[in-house]
Amino acid sequence: GRAQPRPRPAAAMQFMLLFSRQGKLRLQKWYVPLSDKEKKKITRELVQTVLARKPKMCSFLEWRDLKIVYKRYASLYFCCAIEDQDNELITLEIIHRYVELLDKYFGSVCELDIIFNFEKAYFILDEFLLGGEVQETSKKNVLKAIEQADLLQEEAETPRSVLEEIGLT
Amino acid sequence: MVVPSLKLQDLIEEIRGAKTQAQEREVIQKECAHIRASFRDGDPLHRHRQLAKLLYVHMLGYPAHFGQMECLKLITSPRFTDKRVGYLGAMLLLDERQDAHLLITNSIKNDLSQGIQAVQGLALCTLSTVGSAEMCRDLATEVEKLLLQPGPYVRKKAVLTAVHIIRKVPELSNIFLPPCAQLLHERHHGVLLGTITLITELCERSPAALKHFRKVVPQLVQILWTLVTTGYSTEHSISGVSDPFLQVQILRLLRILGRNHEESSETMNDLLAQVATNTDTSRNAGNAVLFETVLTIMDIRSVAGLRVLAVNILGRFLLNSDKNIRYVALTSLLRVVQSDHSAVQRHRPTVVECLREPDASLSRRALELSLALVNSSNVRAMTQELQSFLESCPPDLRADCASGILLAAESNHWYKWQPGALENMGTSCWRGAVRKPSPFSRIRQVVSVYGSCLDVELQQRAVEYNALFQKYDHMRAAILEKMPLVERGGTQDEEAKESKEAQHSEAALVPTEPQASKLLDLLDLLDGTSGAAQPPPPLEPSSEGTSVHLLDLPCVSSAPASIPNLKVFEREGLQLNLSFVRPPGTPALLLIMVTAINTSEADVTHFVCQAAVPKSFQLQLQAPSGDTVPAQGGLPVTQLLRILNPKKAPLRLKLRLTYNHFGQSVQEIFEVNNLPVETWQ
Repeated sequence: GRAQPRPRPAAAMQFMLLFSRQGKLRLQKWYVPLSDKEKKKITRELVQTVLARKPKMCSFLEWRDLKIVYKRYASLYFCCAIEDQDNELITLEIIHRYVELLDKYFGSVCELDIIFNFEKAYFILDEFLLGGEVQETSKKNVLKAIEQADLLQEEAETPRSVLEEIGLT
Repeated sequence: MVVPSLKLQDLIEEIRGAKTQAQEREVIQKECAHIRASFRDGDPLHRHRQLAKLLYVHMLGYPAHFGQMECLKLITSPRFTDKRVGYLGAMLLLDERQDAHLLITNSIKNDLSQGIQAVQGLALCTLSTVGSAEMCRDLATEVEKLLLQPGPYVRKKAVLTAVHIIRKVPELSNIFLPPCAQLLHERHHGVLLGTITLITELCERSPAALKHFRKVVPQLVQILWTLVTTGYSTEHSISGVSDPFLQVQILRLLRILGRNHEESSETMNDLLAQVATNTDTSRNAGNAVLFETVLTIMDIRSVAGLRVLAVNILGRFLLNSDKNIRYVALTSLLRVVQSDHSAVQRHRPTVVECLREPDASLSRRALELSLALVNSSNVRAMTQELQSFLESCPPDLRADCASGILLAAESNHWYKWQPGALENMGTSCWRGAVRKPSPFSRIRQVVSVYGSCLDVELQQRAVEYNALFQKYDHMRAAILEKMPLVERGGTQDEEAKESKEAQHSEAALVPTEPQASKLLDLLDLLDGTSGAAQPPPPLEPSSEGTSVHLLDLPCVSSAPASIPNLKVFEREGLQLNLSFVRPPGTPALLLIMVTAINTSEADVTHFVCQAAVPKSFQLQLQAPSGDTVPAQGGLPVTQLLRILNPKKAPLRLKLRLTYNHFGQSVQEIFEVNNLPVETWQ
């Protein structure tokens, strides 16, 4: 057998970026601590690298000391950075599951939904992954959690005065 | 005149409507001024809206640090809306380099201990995303408390937060190790998955933890076996594969536990064989599990037959129409080509075909692997293949290819050179080397080897090239060195300037193309591969006839016909089912998985199952997963029977069950009828 790998300080998934074909960032989830400047630099370089790939190329590339897994859905690129020991094929499933969740939530999701509802896109991601790891493998449970949180938000936003007016407090 | 501040969606519309970079900047600067004013003296009820707008412009690259304190205020608000956006802002705007991040520690602590799950979830999410070592130290005990709370929603998040805490503060491992034993009995997939991840992290950091968790190998094997054979949760399946995320995580942990440990490796052998042969390979989900299985087999002390099986799976991957699958196959074969050389050799023709891949990352790996597979019996054929590849290969591979051929030829004592051929290769080497210094470049080494060669002609050429390389070397450094980056400061103004400059470098805004196309439209639902699937180029028979080997290896044929399950017992809601596996390569072996499931209202306790077989058979019972079969269809009890039938006699099986149910002690002895003939023929 091989020697034990050194313990990795970072998460399995280091970051996930969503960007358009023009390189516009639509979502950035970072699971490792980096300064704003470093994040911008990484984003800029990686976006360039991925956009330069031809359509027939495979979904994986080695970039710096990371493995990059990306997949394009319509006009949006989903791009994850994983560690050397991580399984690229399951990362593709992670990306696909996230797209399915967005699709279920928004009803036939398109890039515009994610632009205009970017906070929702983050909230959904945060019910699926936590600290760079998968936290919930049931689509149903993720969507249920978001639904309940949305309800809580609605209740919170119902103006008190309206309730008082109609005699409900 | 005071212009009313925009709603988020209106702001987004206006930004997108801007025709130039300058216009966009103007809109944003105006809005940011509003936002700042609103933060100063605006209605706290609308603070969350202002922050949301700020987060949007932050994503476009504009500075948003003045929103940091607002995140703090929103987090401490009792309103859920405020907390939701506040925590999101904290995750986007705060990082551990700033002192501000410590200020949210108290809020997180409060939110973790109050009762609303959704709020606890926000707090845990934030802690596990941006929690610094200090925050982790402060909040570890709060997280520990949540590990054994009843609700799985919070528990699954607490477990993964524990993973983050350990990554930041490894010494805290000792408080998160003890709860793992209980957490492993979890039925909730999310909590179980998090637990496996936590145990993996603990084991990777501490040899003592690794030793400790070897005890749970049988339990892990049982969990995965149940997942794979009974597949009783369609909610977690992808393309007919039971919870592939969970499977992959378990396989990874097994790898770590089985590495360099004979006993653990033995315990997982049968399971790995089962997963390797019975996982559906038509979609990526199944292949992801299969891939992880292969990685585990190759890394632990598995039996020879299993290793060959694993390599053959990789060989089969090489023939897959999905280039992503071919890619992982090539990278994995590269890792095992030294340790399992002869097994990999069998796939040489397929590897050579991959040289023709249009994707350079695949052809590069195919090249490396091809070079590693050159030996004295195939050197001539291989060199021919590689030379023709050399003629058409991408320029940045030429150097490696040429040097590789030379090295391979030399190490296989093949001196039948035409001087012209060497010259061509040498020139390509040199040209290739000028363009890109290759990490694998052995050109100098190879050429200097030839310098001491007995053939005068070769010697002369070698010396010439050596001289060329030496001359070129000092030039290469000057030509290829990168321009040093100018260091920038981090003050507010400089950040603003920097973001301005970043905007300058972008082209004028392009009219946005219709982005209404659905993300999932382009997905071919019948075939989840990335991009147009290309069938691999047809296999040409190699001169050595080794392609024939691919077909007579057991696993390459279609998956072995699975033997139907058998229900053998039912009494008052307690059912016993048998599932059978005949692992390929061991015809005398039959594996029977006994599964006891209880649909009644009362638990079955003290459950013991014993078995008896005729004299010519050998029977081994492994420890059952438990002795309580929980009521209402809870997690079944499973037990593995291994039966050796070297004489291929007809199988007979008697079972004796003893247990307590509905306050009565029960004993049942019976012979299993209708055993399928495939179990022994």
